[in-house]
Amino acid sequence: MTNPLDNLLHFQGEALKLRGYRQELLAANIANADTPNYKAVDFDFAKALRAEAQGTGQSGAAAPGGAATGGKPQVQYRIPAQASLDGNSVEIDAARAQFAGNTVRYEAAMNTLSMQIKMMLSAIKG
Amino acid sequence: MSLLNVFGISESAVAAQSQRLNVVASNIANANSVSGPDGQPYRAREVVFRAVPTKAAQSPGSAQSPAKVEVAGVVESAAPPRTVYDPQNPMADAHGYVELPNVNVVDEMVNMLSASRSYQDNVEVMNTTKNLLLKTLTLGE
Repeated sequence: MTNPLDNLLHFQGEALKLRGYRQELLAANIANADTPNYKAVDFDFAKALRAEAQGTGQSGAAAPGGAATGGKPQVQYRIPAQASLDGNSVEIDAARAQFAGNTVRYEAAMNTLSMQIKMMLSAIKG
Repeated sequence: MSLLNVFGISESAVAAQSQRLNVVASNIANANSVSGPDGQPYRAREVVFRAVPTKAAQSPGSAQSPAKVEVAGVVESAAPPRTVYDPQNPMADAHGYVELPNVNVVDEMVNMLSASRSYQDNVEVMNTTKNLLLKTLTLGE
């Protein structure tokens, strides 16, 4: 990836992709809030993004962090603050807060990407 | 596109919760039905939810993928029927007792509130995601 335009947009693009995937996981947690024995899932966003950024730094080689699972970060189970009798580890209030937080962060990544596109457009148009 | 999968997940949850609401409605409506098609009192029903991992993410490396909700089945409650002494009732047995359904109306109301809240949560998830997707479409404008 030697194209400067790609280089500029790549980081926020990866961030957006990971945010989208996290949104999916958090939506699944909320969807399964009443499913017995369901375990809430999530992933370490900072670690996943770092691995993605490093992975491309080595001209497309797999990142040492083990993020080479088809672009999908390693999903882990969340530890609930309070256990429930039916084995479900989703805490609906926490899940909704995480979902809202991820939504805002997705929008933030989108805004930054949008700004960068506008910046490049103004450079092209002059 | 991960965000589009959210709709599938939330939709499955909404469908499951609406079936739960349906069963609650049936239980409350029949809380006093002393006889059904088989001549026995109505028995309370309950839906059982199950998490089904979405196909797209079923790679051998990661067992945990986003999961949809599925209704595994509807089970009848094994609680004993309520009995009421009412010798005038045509359904009364030789000792004058009538067997009423084993529906606990308080339980059903709690169930209904929980189902309704979960339904709303999932609708909100879909709305939020829809707005995000629409904003993504206008990227760079």
